Amino acid sequence: MSLTLDRKDDPATSAHTTPPEQPPRSRDQGSGHGKRKGRRQGPRRPLPATMALYVLIAATFALFAIPLYWLFSSALKPEHEIYTYPLTWIPSTLEWSNFAEAWTSAPFGAFLRNSIITTVVGTGLEIGVALLSAYAFAFVYFRGKMLVFALMVGSLMLPGHITLLVNYITISNLGWLNTYQGLILPGIGSAFAMFLIYQQMRQVPEELVDAARVDGASHMRRMHAVVIPICRPMILTATLIVLITKWNDFVWPLIVTSTSDMRTLPIGLMFLRSQEGYDAWGPVMAGTVIVAAPMLIVFFLAQRRIIGGITAGALKG
Amino acid sequence: MTTLLQPVRRSSQARTAPPPRRSSPQLRRRRLIEGALFWALILPNLLAIVVFGYYPTVYNFVLSFTDWDFVQPAPVVVGLDNYIELFQSGSMLMDALRNTAIFVLVAVVGTLFGGMAIGALLAQRLRFSGLVRTLAFAPHMLPGAAVGVLWLFMFDPNYGLSRWLFSMFGMESPHWTTTSDFSLWSITIAYAWQRLGFVAIIYYTAILDLPKDIYEAAALDGARGWPLFRYITLPLLSPVTFFLTVTGIIAAAQTFDIIATLTMGGPGTSSTTLPWMIYDQAFVDFNIGTSAATATVMFVLLLVVTLVQTKYASKQVHYS
Repeated sequence: MSLTLDRKDDPATSAHTTPPEQPPRSRDQGSGHGKRKGRRQGPRRPLPATMALYVLIAATFALFAIPLYWLFSSALKPEHEIYTYPLTWIPSTLEWSNFAEAWTSAPFGAFLRNSIITTVVGTGLEIGVALLSAYAFAFVYFRGKMLVFALMVGSLMLPGHITLLVNYITISNLGWLNTYQGLILPGIGSAFAMFLIYQQMRQVPEELVDAARVDGASHMRRMHAVVIPICRPMILTATLIVLITKWNDFVWPLIVTSTSDMRTLPIGLMFLRSQEGYDAWGPVMAGTVIVAAPMLIVFFLAQRRIIGGITAGALKG
Repeated sequence: MTTLLQPVRRSSQARTAPPPRRSSPQLRRRRLIEGALFWALILPNLLAIVVFGYYPTVYNFVLSFTDWDFVQPAPVVVGLDNYIELFQSGSMLMDALRNTAIFVLVAVVGTLFGGMAIGALLAQRLRFSGLVRTLAFAPHMLPGAAVGVLWLFMFDPNYGLSRWLFSMFGMESPHWTTTSDFSLWSITIAYAWQRLGFVAIIYYTAILDLPKDIYEAAALDGARGWPLFRYITLPLLSPVTFFLTVTGIIAAAQTFDIIATLTMGGPGTSSTTLPWMIYDQAFVDFNIGTSAATATVMFVLLLVVTLVQTKYASKQVHYS
């Protein structure tokens, strides 16, 4: 409702900005950016300037596209096209055996399984504890709760490397080295996701929660039936960000696992490199694709939500 | 029942405001239940944060005054010895501090300049800029290990892109990751490439969110091009620049996976930064005390940066 009103208002108040048939993407990045318009005012840009800008756009494109293309093309090149100079840009045939070789020379099946288990279970647990504590901070009465809140958010200031050593000792004393609980549990404490979700929960219209309370709904039911559905977009965004962080996690899985059947994919990639030596680049690049592809797919599927969540956290947080 | 409990208000003050002052046993019981519920809800998260966040930080500080190798039954207290050793000239810490400073400075300044330029370019809303935005952000989503291994191949002086790039200028590719003159630069370049798109998108979003009326006024005054950018856009972006500087320092100073896959801190200590040294001392050389002391040094340095941020963080525009 308010969105449509905004869009009717805008061209009227600033008639010389681009009319509403501009690309629809500006609407999709959250209400905060609803008033976004191209800043093409005044005289049109002269042709040479436009061409210069397109050259710059092309250069920027190349800066990011060439390394990514190199990754995927090398993973599919036959060996003799990797070890030649001048470089081969386009593989003459697609050499899928690089993937098979990566898969067999390191236990990538186990790496993949471990990565999926630690990422999915870890994300579920972290978002779970984040939801419960965010709800408590937003809706449950307790004197002095903001002190506890500050303590929890303050943990964001602790760099990962200062907790590394003692967490290793703790997990070792618990006998959890090289186990899933050892991989997962130290990472479930959630300050960032809790903060994101808490901020969203505070925007929930109080009339709704009050109405549910008057109807006799318990806290659990209010959370489940009213608050969580309203906050679903932010919960989804937080889940995606946590998911990506966990998948990419490196130093903790590196020190807490000691056998190749417990390694996660990023650690396994390092393992593959040492196994293959520095020179078998085809299989190593294929392994890198296996590690990188899931996150690229997640990103391309949900890029608006992910970019929106990350930039909103950066610009408003 | 329902009248005893304060309705939830929007602001945090109102929400934490106590229920009415009528102190009936019923009300007290109600409050107790709410309090118990509150602790029950936050307990899992609080426990995880205390056990795996605060306690390790404190105990790490204690360990920094001891000598231990994981094998001896208990750490031996050695007082300040670890710190005295660390701060001798020519120690590994001095190398690590210097390398970290260079790495952080170049990566942060480089991504700020590059990111602002790309962000401003993307904000021109040319065709294909949506595609470039997506591509630029993609490396930020990748595991650092994947970025590290990809760049390891790109830096390969015989078969990597580096050879192609340098041969265009009639030069030979340096041995990026295996010579001490270049190893630190190799991790800096790979890291900056991964972060650049993130910085660019933040600037892009911030530029599109800038207040339009200022630009309308400036256009009336005939301002455009470089002066417009220098005296209007740049100051308006200063809160974003400040934020990106602080978070950039904190993130870069903790970089580990790219170093682990590209150079492993070597050759020698030529690309050893603080995080790598903390790992290397604890889990390769088993000098627990030294590692703990190094981690404490890093913590103090990052704490200073964070405190500077909380002190000066404001949404104000800095014209200077």
